[in-house]
Amino acid sequence: MGMDNLIGGTIWDEYSQKVTDLMNNPKNMGEITEEQAKKMGAKLIVADFGAESCGDAVRLYWAVDPNTDLILLSKFKSFGCGTAIASSDTMAELCKGKTVDEAVKITNIDVEMAMRDNPDTPAVPPQKMHCSVMAYDVIKKAASQYKGVDMESFEAEVIVCECARVTLSTLREVIRINDLTTVEQITDYTKAGAFCKSCIRPGGHEAKDIYLVDLLEEYEKEKMSKAADASAIGATATFGDMTLVQKIKAVDKVVDDNIRQMLIMDGGDMEILDIKENGVNIDIYIRYLGACNGCASSSTGTLFAIENILKEKLDQNIRVLPI
Amino acid sequence: MKVYLDNNATTIVDPYVFDEMEPFFVQKYGNPNSLHYVASETHIPLKTAMEKIYAGLHAPKEDSVVITSCATESNNWVLKSVYNEYILTGKKNHIIVSEVEHPSIIATARHLETMGCKVTYLPINSEGVVEANTVRDFITDKTALVSIMWANNETGAIFPVWEIGNICEEKGVLFHTDAVQAIGKTPVDVQGLNVDYLTISAHKFHGPKGVGALYMKKGRELAPLLHGGSQMGGYRSGTLNVAGIVGMGKAMEQAIDALDFEMTEIREMRDDFEDELLKIPDTFVVTPRKKRTPNTILISFRGIEGESMLWDLNRSAIAASTGSACASEDLESNPVMEAIGAEADLAHTAIRFSLSRFTTEEELDYTLAVVKEAVERLRGISSSYAYAPEGHESGLDAGH
Repeated sequence: MGMDNLIGGTIWDEYSQKVTDLMNNPKNMGEITEEQAKKMGAKLIVADFGAESCGDAVRLYWAVDPNTDLILLSKFKSFGCGTAIASSDTMAELCKGKTVDEAVKITNIDVEMAMRDNPDTPAVPPQKMHCSVMAYDVIKKAASQYKGVDMESFEAEVIVCECARVTLSTLREVIRINDLTTVEQITDYTKAGAFCKSCIRPGGHEAKDIYLVDLLEEYEKEKMSKAADASAIGATATFGDMTLVQKIKAVDKVVDDNIRQMLIMDGGDMEILDIKENGVNIDIYIRYLGACNGCASSSTGTLFAIENILKEKLDQNIRVLPI
Repeated sequence: MKVYLDNNATTIVDPYVFDEMEPFFVQKYGNPNSLHYVASETHIPLKTAMEKIYAGLHAPKEDSVVITSCATESNNWVLKSVYNEYILTGKKNHIIVSEVEHPSIIATARHLETMGCKVTYLPINSEGVVEANTVRDFITDKTALVSIMWANNETGAIFPVWEIGNICEEKGVLFHTDAVQAIGKTPVDVQGLNVDYLTISAHKFHGPKGVGALYMKKGRELAPLLHGGSQMGGYRSGTLNVAGIVGMGKAMEQAIDALDFEMTEIREMRDDFEDELLKIPDTFVVTPRKKRTPNTILISFRGIEGESMLWDLNRSAIAASTGSACASEDLESNPVMEAIGAEADLAHTAIRFSLSRFTTEEELDYTLAVVKEAVERLRGISSSYAYAPEGHESGLDAGH
């Protein structure tokens, strides 16, 4: 947490000036009709992506020269918030003058980068990142229509979140690049899981082949095995040097092996919420469950016992803080 | 012109309220618990303020109206103390709330679920109202508490708290109502219905932020949430927020004085404004006016995402809302719109205009003109109204 997160700001304050300007006056907003395309000797492509029921939808118009595959004109219409409109506009701008094959290589990151005022400051806050992801998907949709292949075969992709139409590879990539560890983060970045929630974990109203929690587990295992490889090469990592995931695993193991049984015998339990470095201290935030909750000893005797075991097994600088 | 139409979120402090509060910062800053003259200067103003708050709620003297820091505290207090007294002890195992309660009820209920409490989240009907008989359907002999808001913050829908109170009385279940959106908008009389606990918050009726209250009927007093120096009869320790209490007292008095004005003049202004908004094609309002607080309009503009409408209004210095959970932090659609079962493609199009007694005709005329411009501009951008060649299979209605 910390000071910056205690009082939230408004997301609008985090928009770049470019995003604001494009929302106020989108440059490539508009339509291309059959007649206009015909006059240019071009093929009209009209591609849709998203859905109003999901809060974002975009229609992309391309006039493509059938001889050179060059996108002569590129326009959009969009149902969405300011960043969706600005991203769609930027995407349409980036398409102009490119061939269809080149346009397909435009990513959501290109779109977002193009909207930055300076290279080091994101154009939009994380929870608005999905808007540029959609701008990128609609290009692929348009290209698939132009090439006469359907999008699935063009992408050869599994879609994990149907509502936000987020693909498996996008999810794997976003999780890895940004080192995401929670479903909420995935939702902020990609919008996957924000709507019907079926894709988060089994038990929703629609059964899936793969869920967001599976992807997180997969990434976690990948990190663990990399860390295991690394420690096999060097010396065993000390607790202080471990990554967060490793720390949580290590604490979990100590709790399972040495602590949980003692709590369960009294009708209670605990869970680990977070681990944070605080100066020299390593603070482990826990939540008591069952009978531990509200038990007088949970802030005295029991707490000291838990802390001492963790100190002894892992690191002398550990502090245990019940929430 | 600056226009503030987000009065269900918070309100301007009435200047008369501010005047009453001012002496309690630099002049009469005593701690009421002390013995000396600086403390005693606060006693009469505090007593007067409490009398105004009691009068505003029509609360009998023997009942307790305990001052808290906000409605969130009051709501947490009710749920957590009921949990501690009835559920943790195994006497009961269940509480009932509506699915459109304020987050301070919903999030607290979810937290209690993790500690073994069963919670029923009652649905609302297509008019955005909880039907009293659904409460009856879900009450069991293990139900400890029903907590249903008096009026909804999003739609302004007034819930049948009288009938719900009667059902709870009949079944021997405690009844709490979050009346935050009701004070100053509709008559609130704790003797007019069977209610055990009632939450209010000063900043929703032109009082200061940081002060609220929990009404508790005699004999139904809760165990304290905050322990300490025994202020507020030991129910809520903590040095008294003298200026806040004085401010809430004055704000309550003003709200009661202005209630007729709110229910006639403001209602009429709201209705006229709503009539004009509904003349714009493809606009929708859910809850019927008669079932709403007089100041609130939740209206959908088809094809315009709520946040982009707010953006255009904001550019013209008009403050409104898309609903408490929408454009602010998370990206989910308006929960009330979802609960009502509105057409899926309208779920992200709702805008809330909430007026107050400080709202003027001129402000609403100006807002109407800005809304019309915004609708034209944003529908011009919207894919919902966009051209598609003949035979184009729209991929935009792939909702679920």
